[in-house]
Amino acid sequence: MSHYLPLLGILILLLGFALKLNPMLVATAAVLASGLLGGMGLQQVISEFGKAFNENRIIAVVWIILPVIALLERYGLQERAKGLIANLKNATVGKLLVVYLLYRQLTAAIGLQNTAGHAQTVNPIVAPMALVAAEKQHGALEPPTVEKVKAMAAATDNVGLFFGEDIFFAIGSIVVIQQALAAHQIELSPVQLSLWAIPTAVAAFIIHSTRLVLFDRQLRKAAAR
Amino acid sequence: MTPPPTPPLLTLEHLYWLVGAMFAAFALLSLFDRTSKKAWGNAAFWGLMAASLIGGSYFGDFVNGLIVLGLVGLAGLGFTGRSQPKTTSRAERKAFADLRGNWLFMPALIVPLVVLVGTLAFYLTPFGEMNLFTPRRETYFFLAAGVLVALLVAQVWLRPPLLAPLQEGRRLIDAIGWAAVLPQLLLAMGKVFDKAGVSGLIQEGTLAMLPPGNLFLAVLVFALGMAMFTIITGNAFAAFPVMASAIAIPLLINTYHGDPAVIGAIGMLAGFCGTLMTPLAANFNIVPVRLLELQDPNAVVKAQFATALPMFAVNVALIYFLAFRA
Repeated sequence: MSHYLPLLGILILLLGFALKLNPMLVATAAVLASGLLGGMGLQQVISEFGKAFNENRIIAVVWIILPVIALLERYGLQERAKGLIANLKNATVGKLLVVYLLYRQLTAAIGLQNTAGHAQTVNPIVAPMALVAAEKQHGALEPPTVEKVKAMAAATDNVGLFFGEDIFFAIGSIVVIQQALAAHQIELSPVQLSLWAIPTAVAAFIIHSTRLVLFDRQLRKAAAR
Repeated sequence: MTPPPTPPLLTLEHLYWLVGAMFAAFALLSLFDRTSKKAWGNAAFWGLMAASLIGGSYFGDFVNGLIVLGLVGLAGLGFTGRSQPKTTSRAERKAFADLRGNWLFMPALIVPLVVLVGTLAFYLTPFGEMNLFTPRRETYFFLAAGVLVALLVAQVWLRPPLLAPLQEGRRLIDAIGWAAVLPQLLLAMGKVFDKAGVSGLIQEGTLAMLPPGNLFLAVLVFALGMAMFTIITGNAFAAFPVMASAIAIPLLINTYHGDPAVIGAIGMLAGFCGTLMTPLAANFNIVPVRLLELQDPNAVVKAQFATALPMFAVNVALIYFLAFRA
Protein backbone atom coordinates (compact mmCIF):
# COMPACT_ATOMS: atom_id res chain seq x y z
CA MET A 1 0.00 0.00 0.00
CA SER A 2 2.83 2.37 0.89
CA HIS A 3 3.91 2.71 -2.74
CA TYR A 4 0.73 4.73 -3.35
CA LEU A 5 1.88 7.42 -0.89
CA PRO A 6 3.28 9.85 -3.55
CA LEU A 7 -0.32 10.29 -4.76
CA LEU A 8 -0.83 12.35 -1.61
CA GLY A 9 0.57 15.26 -3.66
CA ILE A 10 -2.47 15.08 -5.96
CA LEU A 11 -4.75 14.99 -2.91
CA ILE A 12 -3.08 18.13 -1.55
CA LEU A 13 -3.66 19.86 -4.91
CA LEU A 14 -7.35 18.97 -4.86
CA LEU A 15 -7.72 20.02 -1.24
CA GLY A 16 -5.89 23.32 -1.72
CA PHE A 17 -8.00 23.91 -4.81
CA ALA A 18 -11.22 23.33 -2.84
CA LEU A 19 -10.11 25.57 0.04
CA LYS A 20 -9.03 28.32 -2.40
CA LEU A 21 -5.56 28.61 -0.90
CA ASN A 22 -2.78 30.40 -2.81
CA PRO A 23 -1.91 28.05 -5.72
CA MET A 24 1.84 28.80 -5.40
CA LEU A 25 1.77 27.48 -1.81
CA VAL A 26 -0.47 24.53 -2.66
CA ALA A 27 1.70 23.41 -5.59
CA THR A 28 4.86 23.65 -3.49
CA ALA A 29 3.28 21.67 -0.63
CA ALA A 30 2.22 19.03 -3.17
CA VAL A 31 5.75 18.85 -4.59
CA LEU A 32 7.32 18.45 -1.14
CA ALA A 33 4.80 15.79 -0.10
CA SER A 34 5.11 13.72 -3.30
CA GLY A 35 8.88 14.02 -3.41
CA LEU A 36 9.47 13.11 0.23
CA LEU A 37 6.96 10.24 0.15
CA GLY A 38 8.44 9.06 -3.15
CA GLY A 39 11.73 8.48 -1.36
CA MET A 40 13.68 11.70 -2.03
CA GLY A 41 15.45 13.68 0.70
CA LEU A 42 14.42 17.28 1.38
CA GLN A 43 17.49 18.72 -0.32
CA GLN A 44 16.95 16.50 -3.34
CA VAL A 45 13.30 17.56 -3.71
CA ILE A 46 14.28 21.24 -3.55
CA SER A 47 17.03 20.64 -6.10
CA GLU A 48 14.73 18.76 -8.50
CA PHE A 49 12.12 21.52 -8.16
CA GLY A 50 14.72 24.22 -8.81
CA LYS A 51 16.17 22.34 -11.78
CA ALA A 52 12.78 21.88 -13.44
CA PHE A 53 11.81 25.51 -12.79
CA ASN A 54 15.09 26.65 -14.32
CA GLU A 55 14.61 24.49 -17.42
CA ASN A 56 11.25 26.16 -18.09
CA ARG A 57 12.43 29.77 -18.02
CA ILE A 58 11.34 30.21 -21.63
CA ILE A 59 7.81 30.72 -20.26
CA ALA A 60 8.90 34.01 -18.65
CA VAL A 61 10.16 35.40 -21.96
CA VAL A 62 6.71 36.39 -23.27
CA TRP A 63 6.40 39.07 -20.56
CA ILE A 64 8.90 41.11 -22.56
CA ILE A 65 5.86 42.53 -24.36
CA LEU A 66 4.63 44.39 -21.24
CA PRO A 67 6.64 47.64 -21.54
CA VAL A 68 5.41 48.31 -25.11
CA ILE A 69 1.74 47.74 -24.33
CA ALA A 70 1.92 49.56 -21.00
CA LEU A 71 3.60 52.54 -22.63
CA LEU A 72 0.91 52.75 -25.30
CA GLU A 73 -1.73 52.57 -22.58
CA ARG A 74 -0.11 55.66 -21.07
CA TYR A 75 -0.84 57.46 -24.35
CA GLY A 76 -4.45 56.37 -24.63
CA LEU A 77 -4.44 52.98 -26.41
CA GLN A 78 -7.56 51.86 -24.50
CA GLU A 79 -9.31 55.18 -25.13
CA ARG A 80 -8.52 54.98 -28.86
CA ALA A 81 -9.86 51.41 -29.06
CA LYS A 82 -13.11 52.59 -27.48
CA GLY A 83 -13.34 55.47 -29.95
CA LEU A 84 -12.95 53.08 -32.86
CA ILE A 85 -15.99 51.03 -31.83
CA ALA A 86 -18.05 54.09 -30.89
CA ASN A 87 -17.92 55.10 -34.58
CA LEU A 88 -19.22 51.78 -35.87
CA LYS A 89 -22.99 51.78 -36.26
CA ASN A 90 -23.94 48.11 -36.03
CA ALA A 91 -21.28 46.81 -33.68
CA THR A 92 -22.49 44.40 -31.01
CA VAL A 93 -20.47 42.60 -28.33
CA GLY A 94 -21.17 39.28 -30.02
CA LYS A 95 -20.21 40.37 -33.55
CA LEU A 96 -17.07 42.09 -32.28
CA LEU A 97 -15.95 39.00 -30.37
CA VAL A 98 -16.70 36.66 -33.30
CA VAL A 99 -14.36 38.77 -35.44
CA TYR A 100 -11.74 38.70 -32.68
CA LEU A 101 -12.15 34.93 -32.27
CA LEU A 102 -11.44 34.43 -35.95
CA TYR A 103 -8.50 36.85 -35.83
CA ARG A 104 -7.05 35.06 -32.79
CA GLN A 105 -7.43 31.60 -34.35
CA LEU A 106 -5.93 32.63 -37.68
CA THR A 107 -2.97 34.54 -36.23
CA ALA A 108 -2.23 31.73 -33.75
CA ALA A 109 -2.40 29.24 -36.63
CA ILE A 110 0.43 31.06 -38.42
CA GLY A 111 2.64 31.30 -35.35
CA LEU A 112 1.71 34.75 -34.04
CA GLN A 113 0.25 33.38 -30.80
CA ASN A 114 2.37 35.61 -28.55
CA THR A 115 1.43 38.84 -30.30
CA ALA A 116 -2.11 38.82 -28.92
CA GLY A 117 -3.31 37.88 -25.44
CA HIS A 118 -4.69 39.26 -22.21
CA ALA A 119 -1.99 41.87 -21.64
CA GLN A 120 -1.36 42.49 -25.35
CA THR A 121 -4.87 42.82 -26.78
CA VAL A 122 -7.72 41.85 -24.43
CA ASN A 123 -7.10 44.37 -21.65
CA PRO A 124 -6.01 47.36 -23.74
CA ILE A 125 -8.17 46.84 -26.84
CA VAL A 126 -10.81 44.10 -27.01
CA ALA A 127 -12.45 44.41 -23.58
CA PRO A 128 -12.82 48.23 -23.77
CA MET A 129 -14.25 47.88 -27.28
CA ALA A 130 -16.70 45.21 -26.12
CA LEU A 131 -17.88 47.45 -23.26
CA VAL A 132 -18.45 50.39 -25.59
CA ALA A 133 -20.38 48.16 -27.99
CA ALA A 134 -22.55 46.93 -25.12
CA GLU A 135 -23.16 50.47 -23.86
CA LYS A 136 -24.12 51.67 -27.33
CA GLN A 137 -26.74 48.96 -27.58
CA HIS A 138 -28.07 48.88 -24.07
CA GLY A 139 -27.16 52.16 -22.38
CA ALA A 140 -25.32 52.30 -19.06
CA LEU A 141 -24.38 48.81 -17.85
CA GLU A 142 -24.91 47.28 -14.40
CA PRO A 143 -21.66 46.14 -12.73
CA PRO A 144 -22.51 42.40 -13.11
CA THR A 145 -23.01 42.95 -16.86
CA VAL A 146 -19.68 44.78 -17.13
CA GLU A 147 -18.04 41.82 -15.43
CA LYS A 148 -19.76 39.34 -17.80
CA VAL A 149 -18.71 41.25 -20.93
CA LYS A 150 -15.10 41.51 -19.79
CA ALA A 151 -14.97 37.82 -18.83
CA MET A 152 -16.42 36.84 -22.21
CA ALA A 153 -13.75 38.91 -23.99
CA ALA A 154 -11.02 37.06 -22.05
CA ALA A 155 -12.70 33.69 -22.66
CA THR A 156 -12.85 34.38 -26.40
CA ASP A 157 -9.11 35.04 -26.46
CA ASN A 158 -8.40 31.72 -24.73
CA VAL A 159 -10.70 29.71 -26.99
CA GLY A 160 -9.18 31.31 -30.09
CA LEU A 161 -5.65 30.66 -28.90
CA PHE A 162 -6.11 27.07 -27.71
CA PHE A 163 -7.96 25.91 -30.80
CA GLY A 164 -5.79 27.80 -33.27
CA GLU A 165 -2.20 27.50 -32.10
CA ASP A 166 -1.76 23.77 -32.73
CA ILE A 167 -2.31 24.29 -36.45
CA PHE A 168 1.08 25.98 -36.40
CA PHE A 169 3.62 23.17 -36.41
CA ALA A 170 6.48 24.91 -34.62
CA ILE A 171 4.82 25.32 -31.25
CA GLY A 172 5.41 23.98 -27.75
CA SER A 173 2.46 21.62 -27.53
CA ILE A 174 3.31 19.97 -30.85
CA VAL A 175 6.86 19.42 -29.57
CA VAL A 176 5.48 17.89 -26.36
CA ILE A 177 3.31 15.44 -28.37
CA GLN A 178 6.16 14.59 -30.69
CA GLN A 179 8.61 13.99 -27.84
CA ALA A 180 6.17 11.93 -25.77
CA LEU A 181 5.39 9.63 -28.72
CA ALA A 182 9.02 9.43 -29.84
CA ALA A 183 9.88 8.06 -26.39
CA HIS A 184 7.82 5.01 -27.48
CA GLN A 185 9.43 4.76 -30.94
CA ILE A 186 6.52 6.45 -32.72
CA GLU A 187 8.09 9.03 -35.03
CA LEU A 188 5.77 11.72 -36.39
CA SER A 189 6.54 14.97 -38.16
CA PRO A 190 5.17 18.18 -36.65
CA VAL A 191 3.13 18.84 -39.80
CA GLN A 192 1.33 15.47 -39.53
CA LEU A 193 0.26 16.45 -36.03
CA SER A 194 -0.69 20.03 -36.77
CA LEU A 195 -3.00 19.02 -39.68
CA TRP A 196 -5.18 17.06 -37.25
CA ALA A 197 -5.71 20.19 -35.17
CA ILE A 198 -7.85 21.68 -37.97
CA PRO A 199 -11.15 19.78 -37.38
CA THR A 200 -11.20 20.83 -33.73
CA ALA A 201 -10.38 24.43 -34.69
CA VAL A 202 -13.38 24.57 -37.03
CA ALA A 203 -15.65 23.06 -34.35
CA ALA A 204 -14.38 25.58 -31.79
CA PHE A 205 -15.20 28.48 -34.10
CA ILE A 206 -18.73 27.20 -34.68
CA ILE A 207 -19.45 26.43 -31.02
CA HIS A 208 -18.00 29.59 -29.52
CA SER A 209 -19.46 31.87 -32.22
CA THR A 210 -22.89 30.40 -31.51
CA ARG A 211 -22.39 31.19 -27.84
CA LEU A 212 -21.38 34.76 -28.69
CA VAL A 213 -24.52 35.29 -30.77
CA LEU A 214 -26.58 33.93 -27.88
CA PHE A 215 -24.64 36.23 -25.54
CA ASP A 216 -25.88 39.23 -27.55
CA ARG A 217 -29.42 37.99 -27.15
CA GLN A 218 -28.91 37.51 -23.41
CA LEU A 219 -27.67 41.09 -23.06
CA ARG A 220 -30.68 42.36 -24.97
CA LYS A 221 -33.02 40.51 -22.63
CA ALA A 222 -31.19 41.79 -19.56
CA ALA A 223 -31.45 45.36 -20.88
CA ALA A 224 -35.18 45.01 -21.63
CA ARG A 225 -35.85 44.01 -18.05
CA MET B 1 33.91 11.72 -34.92
CA THR B 2 32.02 14.81 -36.02
CA PRO B 3 33.00 18.02 -34.25
CA PRO B 4 30.33 19.41 -31.92
CA PRO B 5 28.06 21.91 -33.76
CA THR B 6 28.98 25.54 -33.17
CA PRO B 7 26.45 27.23 -30.88
CA PRO B 8 24.20 29.79 -32.56
CA LEU B 9 25.08 33.48 -32.33
CA LEU B 10 22.16 34.14 -29.99
CA THR B 11 21.03 31.46 -27.56
CA LEU B 12 18.14 31.28 -25.12
CA GLU B 13 20.62 32.37 -22.46
CA HIS B 14 20.84 35.82 -24.12
CA LEU B 15 17.06 36.09 -24.16
CA TYR B 16 16.95 35.21 -20.45
CA TRP B 17 19.47 37.99 -19.75
CA LEU B 18 17.32 40.52 -21.60
CA VAL B 19 14.12 39.50 -19.83
CA GLY B 20 16.03 39.21 -16.54
CA ALA B 21 17.26 42.78 -16.98
CA MET B 22 13.65 43.90 -17.39
CA PHE B 23 12.62 42.14 -14.16
CA ALA B 24 15.68 43.61 -12.40
CA ALA B 25 14.53 47.07 -13.46
CA PHE B 26 11.02 46.35 -12.14
CA ALA B 27 12.62 45.32 -8.81
CA LEU B 28 14.83 48.43 -8.61
CA LEU B 29 11.98 50.79 -9.43
CA SER B 30 9.87 49.08 -6.75
CA LEU B 31 12.58 49.86 -4.19
CA PHE B 32 12.18 53.57 -4.89
CA ASP B 33 8.40 53.38 -4.82
CA ARG B 34 7.20 55.34 -1.77
CA THR B 35 3.49 54.99 -2.55
CA SER B 36 2.97 51.21 -2.43
CA LYS B 37 2.79 49.30 0.83
CA LYS B 38 3.93 46.17 -0.98
CA ALA B 39 6.95 47.87 -2.59
CA TRP B 40 9.55 45.82 -0.72
CA GLY B 41 7.77 42.53 -1.36
CA ASN B 42 7.40 43.37 -5.05
CA ALA B 43 11.08 44.34 -5.24
CA ALA B 44 12.13 41.03 -3.66
CA PHE B 45 9.78 38.99 -5.85
CA TRP B 46 10.83 40.48 -9.21
CA GLY B 47 14.44 40.57 -7.98
CA LEU B 48 14.33 36.80 -7.48
CA MET B 49 12.82 36.37 -10.97
CA ALA B 50 15.67 38.48 -12.37
CA ALA B 51 18.22 36.38 -10.48
CA SER B 52 16.67 33.16 -11.81
CA LEU B 53 16.68 34.40 -15.42
CA ILE B 54 20.16 35.91 -15.37
CA GLY B 55 21.97 33.47 -13.09
CA GLY B 56 19.90 30.28 -13.25
CA SER B 57 22.42 28.50 -15.46
CA TYR B 58 25.25 29.14 -12.99
CA PHE B 59 23.67 28.71 -9.55
CA GLY B 60 23.22 24.95 -9.36
CA ASP B 61 19.97 23.09 -8.74
CA PHE B 62 19.72 23.61 -4.98
CA VAL B 63 20.14 27.40 -5.14
CA ASN B 64 17.57 27.51 -7.96
CA GLY B 65 15.27 25.53 -5.68
CA LEU B 66 15.78 28.06 -2.89
CA ILE B 67 14.91 30.86 -5.33
CA VAL B 68 11.66 29.07 -6.13
CA LEU B 69 10.88 28.68 -2.42
CA GLY B 70 11.59 32.40 -1.96
CA LEU B 71 9.15 33.30 -4.76
CA VAL B 72 6.53 31.00 -3.27
CA GLY B 73 7.01 32.42 0.24
CA LEU B 74 6.74 36.04 -0.90
CA ALA B 75 3.65 35.40 -3.02
CA GLY B 76 1.98 32.87 -0.74
CA LEU B 77 2.25 35.01 2.39
CA GLY B 78 0.86 38.11 0.69
CA PHE B 79 3.98 40.26 0.42
CA THR B 80 3.32 41.21 -3.23
CA GLY B 81 0.56 43.38 -4.67
CA ARG B 82 -0.56 46.12 -7.03
CA SER B 83 1.45 49.32 -7.40
CA GLN B 84 0.56 52.76 -8.74
CA PRO B 85 3.58 54.22 -10.53
CA LYS B 86 2.94 57.78 -11.71
CA THR B 87 1.10 57.66 -15.01
CA THR B 88 -1.21 59.81 -17.12
CA SER B 89 -4.75 60.70 -16.02
CA ARG B 90 -7.84 59.49 -17.83
CA ALA B 91 -8.44 62.94 -19.31
CA GLU B 92 -4.85 63.18 -20.55
CA ARG B 93 -5.18 59.76 -22.17
CA LYS B 94 -8.38 60.76 -23.92
CA ALA B 95 -6.68 63.90 -25.22
CA PHE B 96 -3.64 61.94 -26.42
CA ALA B 97 -5.87 59.37 -28.12
CA ASP B 98 -7.85 62.06 -29.95
CA LEU B 99 -4.62 63.71 -31.04
CA ARG B 100 -2.83 60.59 -32.32
CA GLY B 101 -5.84 58.68 -33.65
CA ASN B 102 -5.40 55.15 -35.00
CA TRP B 103 -1.65 55.62 -35.28
CA LEU B 104 -1.57 54.56 -31.63
CA PHE B 105 -2.09 50.97 -32.78
CA MET B 106 0.95 51.13 -35.01
CA PRO B 107 3.69 50.36 -32.44
CA ALA B 108 1.57 47.49 -31.10
CA LEU B 109 1.29 46.10 -34.64
CA ILE B 110 5.04 46.34 -35.21
CA VAL B 111 5.53 43.36 -32.90
CA PRO B 112 3.43 40.81 -34.85
CA LEU B 113 4.75 42.24 -38.10
CA VAL B 114 8.38 41.66 -37.08
CA VAL B 115 7.52 38.13 -35.89
CA LEU B 116 5.71 37.35 -39.15
CA VAL B 117 8.32 38.80 -41.51
CA GLY B 118 11.14 37.32 -39.45
CA THR B 119 9.60 33.85 -39.41
CA LEU B 120 8.87 33.92 -43.16
CA ALA B 121 12.42 35.05 -43.92
CA PHE B 122 13.72 32.39 -41.56
CA TYR B 123 12.00 29.57 -43.42
CA LEU B 124 12.07 30.89 -46.99
CA THR B 125 15.51 32.49 -47.34
CA PRO B 126 19.11 31.53 -46.47
CA PHE B 127 18.67 33.72 -43.36
CA GLY B 128 17.45 30.58 -41.58
CA GLU B 129 20.67 28.70 -42.21
CA MET B 130 23.00 31.31 -40.73
CA ASN B 131 22.92 29.67 -37.28
CA LEU B 132 21.72 32.88 -35.61
CA PHE B 133 19.27 31.51 -33.05
CA THR B 134 18.62 28.43 -30.98
CA PRO B 135 16.80 26.03 -33.38
CA ARG B 136 12.98 25.80 -33.14
CA ARG B 137 12.89 28.76 -30.76
CA GLU B 138 13.32 31.49 -33.39
CA THR B 139 9.82 32.92 -32.66
CA TYR B 140 10.95 34.12 -29.23
CA PHE B 141 13.90 35.97 -30.73
CA PHE B 142 11.67 37.69 -33.28
CA LEU B 143 9.27 38.56 -30.47
CA ALA B 144 12.05 40.23 -28.49
CA ALA B 145 13.31 42.01 -31.62
CA GLY B 146 9.78 43.23 -32.40
CA VAL B 147 9.42 44.59 -28.87
CA LEU B 148 12.72 46.46 -29.10
CA VAL B 149 11.82 47.99 -32.47
CA ALA B 150 8.36 48.98 -31.21
CA LEU B 151 9.84 50.57 -28.09
CA LEU B 152 12.32 52.53 -30.16
CA VAL B 153 9.58 53.80 -32.49
CA ALA B 154 7.36 54.73 -29.54
CA GLN B 155 10.22 56.48 -27.82
CA VAL B 156 11.07 58.61 -30.85
CA TRP B 157 7.44 59.32 -31.75
CA LEU B 158 5.81 59.88 -28.34
CA ARG B 159 8.85 61.18 -26.43
CA PRO B 160 7.87 59.67 -23.06
CA PRO B 161 10.13 60.08 -20.01
CA LEU B 162 13.05 57.66 -20.39
CA LEU B 163 11.90 55.35 -17.60
CA ALA B 164 8.24 55.36 -18.68
CA PRO B 165 8.25 51.96 -20.48
CA LEU B 166 9.66 50.28 -17.38
CA GLN B 167 7.46 52.16 -14.89
CA GLU B 168 4.35 51.43 -16.95
CA GLY B 169 5.49 47.82 -17.43
CA ARG B 170 5.83 47.56 -13.65
CA ARG B 171 2.26 48.77 -13.28
CA LEU B 172 1.10 45.86 -15.46
CA ILE B 173 3.36 43.17 -13.98
CA ASP B 174 2.34 44.13 -10.43
CA ALA B 175 -1.31 43.90 -11.50
CA ILE B 176 -0.61 40.37 -12.76
CA GLY B 177 1.54 39.48 -9.75
CA TRP B 178 2.46 35.86 -8.96
CA ALA B 179 0.10 34.62 -11.68
CA ALA B 180 2.94 35.51 -14.06
CA VAL B 181 5.14 32.85 -12.46
CA LEU B 182 2.63 30.10 -11.63
CA PRO B 183 2.69 28.28 -15.02
CA GLN B 184 6.45 27.84 -14.82
CA LEU B 185 6.07 26.54 -11.26
CA LEU B 186 3.35 24.07 -12.28
CA LEU B 187 5.45 22.64 -15.09
CA ALA B 188 8.24 22.13 -12.56
CA MET B 189 5.74 20.45 -10.26
CA GLY B 190 4.80 18.02 -13.03
CA LYS B 191 8.44 17.02 -13.46
CA VAL B 192 8.93 16.36 -9.74
CA PHE B 193 5.68 14.34 -9.68
CA ASP B 194 7.10 12.26 -12.50
CA LYS B 195 10.36 11.66 -10.62
CA ALA B 196 8.42 10.71 -7.49
CA GLY B 197 6.57 8.00 -9.44
CA VAL B 198 3.15 9.67 -9.55
CA SER B 199 2.70 9.10 -13.32
CA GLY B 200 3.43 5.40 -13.01
CA LEU B 201 0.81 5.05 -10.29
CA ILE B 202 -1.83 6.79 -12.41
CA GLN B 203 -1.05 4.43 -15.28
CA GLU B 204 -1.41 1.42 -12.99
CA GLY B 205 -4.74 2.68 -11.69
CA THR B 206 -6.34 3.49 -15.05
CA LEU B 207 -5.29 0.24 -16.73
CA ALA B 208 -6.71 -1.75 -13.81
CA MET B 209 -10.05 0.05 -14.08
CA LEU B 210 -10.67 -0.26 -17.83
CA PRO B 211 -12.65 -3.27 -19.07
CA PRO B 212 -10.93 -4.87 -22.11
CA GLY B 213 -12.45 -4.73 -25.58
CA ASN B 214 -14.35 -1.47 -25.30
CA LEU B 215 -12.79 0.97 -27.77
CA PHE B 216 -15.12 3.89 -27.08
CA LEU B 217 -14.55 3.64 -23.33
CA ALA B 218 -10.78 3.59 -23.86
CA VAL B 219 -11.00 6.77 -26.01
CA LEU B 220 -13.24 8.41 -23.42
CA VAL B 221 -10.93 7.55 -20.51
CA PHE B 222 -7.89 8.85 -22.42
CA ALA B 223 -9.60 12.17 -23.20
CA LEU B 224 -11.05 12.40 -19.71
CA GLY B 225 -7.65 11.66 -18.22
CA MET B 226 -6.12 14.45 -20.32
CA ALA B 227 -8.78 16.94 -19.19
CA MET B 228 -8.81 15.91 -15.52
CA PHE B 229 -5.03 15.78 -15.13
CA THR B 230 -4.87 19.19 -16.81
CA ILE B 231 -7.46 20.56 -14.40
CA ILE B 232 -5.54 19.46 -11.29
CA THR B 233 -2.08 20.38 -12.57
CA GLY B 234 -3.12 23.48 -14.51
CA ASN B 235 -1.16 22.37 -17.55
CA ALA B 236 -1.96 20.14 -20.51
CA PHE B 237 1.74 19.76 -21.32
CA ALA B 238 2.27 17.96 -18.01
CA ALA B 239 -0.74 15.74 -18.64
CA PHE B 240 0.17 14.53 -22.13
CA PRO B 241 3.28 12.41 -21.45
CA VAL B 242 1.49 10.72 -18.53
CA MET B 243 -1.71 9.93 -20.43
CA ALA B 244 0.20 8.96 -23.60
CA SER B 245 2.20 6.26 -21.83
CA ALA B 246 -0.67 5.25 -19.55
CA ILE B 247 -3.49 4.83 -22.09
CA ALA B 248 -2.83 6.15 -25.60
CA ILE B 249 0.17 3.99 -26.46
CA PRO B 250 -0.61 0.65 -24.76
CA LEU B 251 -4.33 0.69 -25.59
CA LEU B 252 -5.34 3.06 -28.37
CA ILE B 253 -2.26 2.62 -30.55
CA ASN B 254 -0.83 -0.83 -29.78
CA THR B 255 -4.04 -2.76 -29.05
CA TYR B 256 -6.62 -0.97 -31.23
CA HIS B 257 -4.16 0.23 -33.93
CA GLY B 258 -5.33 3.86 -33.89
CA ASP B 259 -3.55 6.56 -35.91
CA PRO B 260 -0.98 8.08 -33.51
CA ALA B 261 -1.09 11.49 -35.26
CA VAL B 262 -4.85 11.85 -34.66
CA ILE B 263 -4.68 10.52 -31.11
CA GLY B 264 -1.73 12.76 -30.20
CA ALA B 265 -2.97 15.97 -31.78
CA ILE B 266 -6.62 15.74 -30.70
CA GLY B 267 -5.74 14.22 -27.31
CA MET B 268 -3.76 17.35 -26.53
CA LEU B 269 -6.75 19.48 -27.56
CA ALA B 270 -8.96 17.46 -25.19
CA GLY B 271 -6.49 18.50 -22.50
CA PHE B 272 -6.93 22.15 -23.54
CA CYS B 273 -10.63 21.78 -22.69
CA GLY B 274 -9.41 21.10 -19.15
CA THR B 275 -7.23 24.22 -19.29
CA LEU B 276 -10.37 26.26 -19.99
CA MET B 277 -11.91 24.91 -16.78
CA THR B 278 -9.13 25.34 -14.19
CA PRO B 279 -8.11 28.45 -12.23
CA LEU B 280 -4.64 26.87 -11.95
CA ALA B 281 -4.01 27.77 -15.60
CA ALA B 282 -3.02 31.20 -14.32
CA ASN B 283 -1.75 32.68 -17.60
CA PHE B 284 -5.13 32.22 -19.20
CA ASN B 285 -7.65 32.31 -16.39
CA ILE B 286 -6.15 34.41 -13.57
CA VAL B 287 -4.04 36.99 -15.44
CA PRO B 288 -7.13 38.42 -17.23
CA VAL B 289 -9.05 38.52 -13.90
CA ARG B 290 -6.27 40.68 -12.48
CA LEU B 291 -5.83 42.89 -15.54
CA LEU B 292 -9.53 43.47 -16.10
CA GLU B 293 -10.11 43.91 -12.34
CA LEU B 294 -12.90 41.34 -12.17
CA GLN B 295 -14.61 40.75 -8.80
CA ASP B 296 -15.05 36.99 -9.15
CA PRO B 297 -11.64 35.23 -9.40
CA ASN B 298 -13.32 32.44 -11.40
CA ALA B 299 -15.22 34.73 -13.77
CA VAL B 300 -13.20 33.70 -16.84
CA VAL B 301 -13.38 29.98 -16.06
CA LYS B 302 -17.15 30.30 -15.64
CA ALA B 303 -17.48 32.10 -18.98
CA GLN B 304 -15.58 29.23 -20.64
CA PHE B 305 -17.48 26.23 -19.26
CA ALA B 306 -20.20 26.24 -21.89
CA THR B 307 -17.58 26.20 -24.65
CA ALA B 308 -15.25 23.71 -22.98
CA LEU B 309 -17.82 20.97 -22.38
CA PRO B 310 -19.15 20.68 -25.98
CA MET B 311 -15.56 21.01 -27.25
CA PHE B 312 -14.60 18.07 -25.07
CA ALA B 313 -17.40 15.98 -26.56
CA VAL B 314 -16.30 17.03 -30.07
CA ASN B 315 -12.73 15.95 -29.39
CA VAL B 316 -13.80 12.54 -28.04
CA ALA B 317 -15.94 12.02 -31.14
CA LEU B 318 -13.15 13.18 -33.47
CA ILE B 319 -10.64 10.75 -31.97
CA TYR B 320 -13.17 7.90 -32.08
CA PHE B 321 -14.18 8.47 -35.70
CA LEU B 322 -10.91 9.73 -37.23
CA ALA B 323 -8.24 7.62 -35.55
CA PHE B 324 -9.72 4.21 -36.32
CA ARG B 325 -10.68 4.71 -39.97
CA ALA B 326 -8.74 1.73 -41.34
